[in-house]
Amino acid sequence: MYGKGLFAISKRLAKLGFTPEQIQKIVTGIRAESEEIPLHVPLETPGPVNESIYAFNDLLMLQSASKPNVSQSSHVRTIDELLAKDKQREKDGFPRKIRVGRMIKPGRGGKNKVVVIPTTVEEKLIHDPSFSDTDEEEAGGGHGDGQEGEVIGEQPVRPSQQGRGAGPGQGEDEQHELESSAYDLGRILTEQFELPNLKDKGKKRSLTRYTFDMTDKHRGFGQVLDKKATLRKIVETNISLGNLPDTSNIDTTRFLVSPHDMVYRILSREKDFESQAMIFFVRDYSGSMAGKTTELVVAQHVMIYSWLLYQYANQVETRFVLHDTTAKEVPDFYTYYNLKVAGGTQVSSAYKLVNDIVEKENLAQDYNIYIFHGTDGDDWDTDGREAIPQLKIMLRYANRVGITIVQHASGSSTEVEKYIKKSGLLEQAPELIRCDTFNDDVDEQRLIDGIRKLIS
Amino acid sequence: MELIDQHTKAIMEGCKERAWAQGLRFENETLEYVVTNRDLLELSPKIMIPTLYNYWVHDLEVLKGKGRYELYPSNPYETVINTRPAISFYNDNNPDWLNVMIFYHVLAHVDFFQNNLFFRHTWNYDFNGEALSDKRVIAKLRAERGRWVDYVIEFSRGIDNLVGYYCELDQNFTIPTTQHNLRVDYYFDIFIQNIKHFKTSEYIKEIERFNQCRTDYAELGEDSFFSEIERRYPEFRALFEKYKERKSVKAFDLMQYITQNSEFLNKEENRWMLTVMEIVRKTSLFFQPQIRTKIMNEGWSSYWHENLFMKDDRINGHEVDFARVNAGVTSMPRVGLNPYALGMRLFYAIEELVNKGKQSWDFQRLNDSYKREKYDNKTGSGRDYIFFIRENYSDFTFINEFVGQDFINENKLFVAGRRLNESKMVWEYYVKSRKARDYRKMVMDSLYHPPYIVLDHEKSSKNNTLYLFHQFEGKPLLKEYISNTLLGMEFLWGGPVELETKEVKTLPLRGDRPHAPGKPRPKEMIWQHVVYSMKNRKLSRRIIA
Repeated sequence: MYGKGLFAISKRLAKLGFTPEQIQKIVTGIRAESEEIPLHVPLETPGPVNESIYAFNDLLMLQSASKPNVSQSSHVRTIDELLAKDKQREKDGFPRKIRVGRMIKPGRGGKNKVVVIPTTVEEKLIHDPSFSDTDEEEAGGGHGDGQEGEVIGEQPVRPSQQGRGAGPGQGEDEQHELESSAYDLGRILTEQFELPNLKDKGKKRSLTRYTFDMTDKHRGFGQVLDKKATLRKIVETNISLGNLPDTSNIDTTRFLVSPHDMVYRILSREKDFESQAMIFFVRDYSGSMAGKTTELVVAQHVMIYSWLLYQYANQVETRFVLHDTTAKEVPDFYTYYNLKVAGGTQVSSAYKLVNDIVEKENLAQDYNIYIFHGTDGDDWDTDGREAIPQLKIMLRYANRVGITIVQHASGSSTEVEKYIKKSGLLEQAPELIRCDTFNDDVDEQRLIDGIRKLIS
Repeated sequence: MELIDQHTKAIMEGCKERAWAQGLRFENETLEYVVTNRDLLELSPKIMIPTLYNYWVHDLEVLKGKGRYELYPSNPYETVINTRPAISFYNDNNPDWLNVMIFYHVLAHVDFFQNNLFFRHTWNYDFNGEALSDKRVIAKLRAERGRWVDYVIEFSRGIDNLVGYYCELDQNFTIPTTQHNLRVDYYFDIFIQNIKHFKTSEYIKEIERFNQCRTDYAELGEDSFFSEIERRYPEFRALFEKYKERKSVKAFDLMQYITQNSEFLNKEENRWMLTVMEIVRKTSLFFQPQIRTKIMNEGWSSYWHENLFMKDDRINGHEVDFARVNAGVTSMPRVGLNPYALGMRLFYAIEELVNKGKQSWDFQRLNDSYKREKYDNKTGSGRDYIFFIRENYSDFTFINEFVGQDFINENKLFVAGRRLNESKMVWEYYVKSRKARDYRKMVMDSLYHPPYIVLDHEKSSKNNTLYLFHQFEGKPLLKEYISNTLLGMEFLWGGPVELETKEVKTLPLRGDRPHAPGKPRPKEMIWQHVVYSMKNRKLSRRIIA
């Protein structure tokens, strides 16, 4: 009955500048209340929903001012400055402080755009805000009817698919800005790492961007005089003129110098031919991955992806595989990034799919193959009985397999971690496989360090 | 940023007249500015103080979401700031009637700033002006010292939540010292009352004996009185010494301690850093009362804008508009806490309570619920009482004292809980408790509360180490931030820094996470003592028993 009304409301809220999250919460609130009361009541309530009391403020509440919109470009202006400052910090013996902020704006059809926002945080000693010693959390205060224990509203655990990533009002014009941002993120990350174990394989293809060098020669005029070549030319000319009768006693003062003899060097576009690479992104999208873990895995893959975009000028080919108990390949990063499905976990299914693809398309011969896998470490195949053999097959052709495990809580190691350690693969082939484990509360710097670990 | 036009200013002056007439007290002059989105962008990182010093972090996006208000307690979008004269900010397209409402709200804030005793230390100067001169000092230092100024700002800001706000405040309220010495006070006020539990008659007898001694022996009277006591209670002397020791320990201000005791900072070439630190410290102290009176401040302002607006004859015809906006501001959300709504309801409730004489001993002793409900002494002193509250309370005392069961019942408040329904894969919100005690606890837990960190003098005496002890209050510190904070402290202190705290050893798996079938369910939480030490910019962590 109120389904249609709710849709209109959320549309209206979106127009008012609420985030999808807030809308979700408001809608939940309405749904809870609308059992008895008509819809329109809570809608007039501005202000943050279900937030700290300190999030309320007069400008928002009384003057219904929205938070000022920050255009990303105003930040990007300073990015070089900031990076220089950050480098200086390192020289002065303090850890770096600039982080790469939230960042993807995927477009359909393989056109993935990344937005980079330099962020930082001022560390202080504070209580851990996410700490809770009770099993059931408190959601704050409440107001209205209802017996103790009565459920007054529901909210889906997984936010709906729409909304995420696709910001409001993203139009064609925005693309430029986004492109430059992706470039910026890539540039920041490029400072930090490069692909390991690249080998010459198959057809050559340029993996680096063009570099300009002073290698082309030009006679008569140019940028830098090539003295050796010029002298050679002068000697040549003078020999043919008969100006050099005695080679054992050369009098250079008698040389005639034609303007045409001057050899200069000029800029040339150089292209380094290198091997080509194929990157597989593999992500666990099972039910246990809900929330922070998925966010972290995806954020890390975004970083790897945008770094590749920059460093290898999009010439690295990428493939995307998602898995729960079964694996499937998806066509683009957008889908890879956004898809959420609940289910069990069977890591081997994904490994098998990657192996099948490589075999079927005979990729191993022509490509350097890299596989990045993100998971929370849960696997129903607890001993890796199926995953390990697949992994071994993979190691036969892969240049590097990087597995990121995002643990739910510190302490106990996860199944995937356990069976990988037990298999001894990490020791047998340290050049080929890396595994990195961290908790689900880490920051971006840790993600970047993680990438470094995976590809160093 | 420009001043509001003359027409709007005239409205403001009218509002002031009416507010004064109702008993609000604030200084004559105020400044009102119209701000644009662009201005807000620049002002918000500076917490709306236009003259605050420049700092590169202000140009960046900073942390959003949870934990933000622990780090940046001061509200970035406040409409009015506590300066002399008070400055407030407005949209340029507010209709007149809305401005009337906002003006009243703002004036009540100004009244609160200028009368609440928690703001006492901000009364004697104009922060805006001082910030300007500080800004110039920092700019000058930056020209001389370059990036090192920013490092010092950064490290100082890293500990600016550990300033001794209450000791600062304490200095403004000196308790008149009595003629009696501490020993007499201790004996009569604590020893025989709390330790020996004397009856009233015995107490009076002791006083008589004391007076007798005074008249008999004049100056030696006191000594002779106590010689008898020490004979009777041999433990008295030791207990008194202990009490004296405890009394002499002042609340700890980490920032101040470092500025006064760091050898590094007090070297001639580093003394400029002290200036920078003092600026950061002063700024932090300035904002402390605001964060500790959020609910009261907004409640007080909402109470007054409602009262004054309805009485204002200039806004006839806009009652409905007002009602809509006001309801938005002051309605209680179904789930969540709105400080405007909560604070305002509390002020109304207190006023009514006192008007009926319920804030009295007689009423407290009543057990008959019918009589309690009908109780009405018609004292009419409710208004005066809420003025007293606005002068003497902070959020903590306000909530602690006045959120009672009657208030909860009347306003249908409850503590909401959230739990996972695994079969439906939804979060369920439910009514967790309607008990006043739980509600109070929930609100108080959400109040700003920086960790309480003190100095361990004994352990600090070794090798110029700054040994800090975190008084554990059931919540661990945020681990990610420890390293850089200690790094900054080490820099300022010029020697190793250690921090003792408690951490979770094993965390039970949270119930809100789906887990694979057949796995063991959460275990008990176990705590352990850890010491973080920062030495030569390297952090290490050790577990102690």
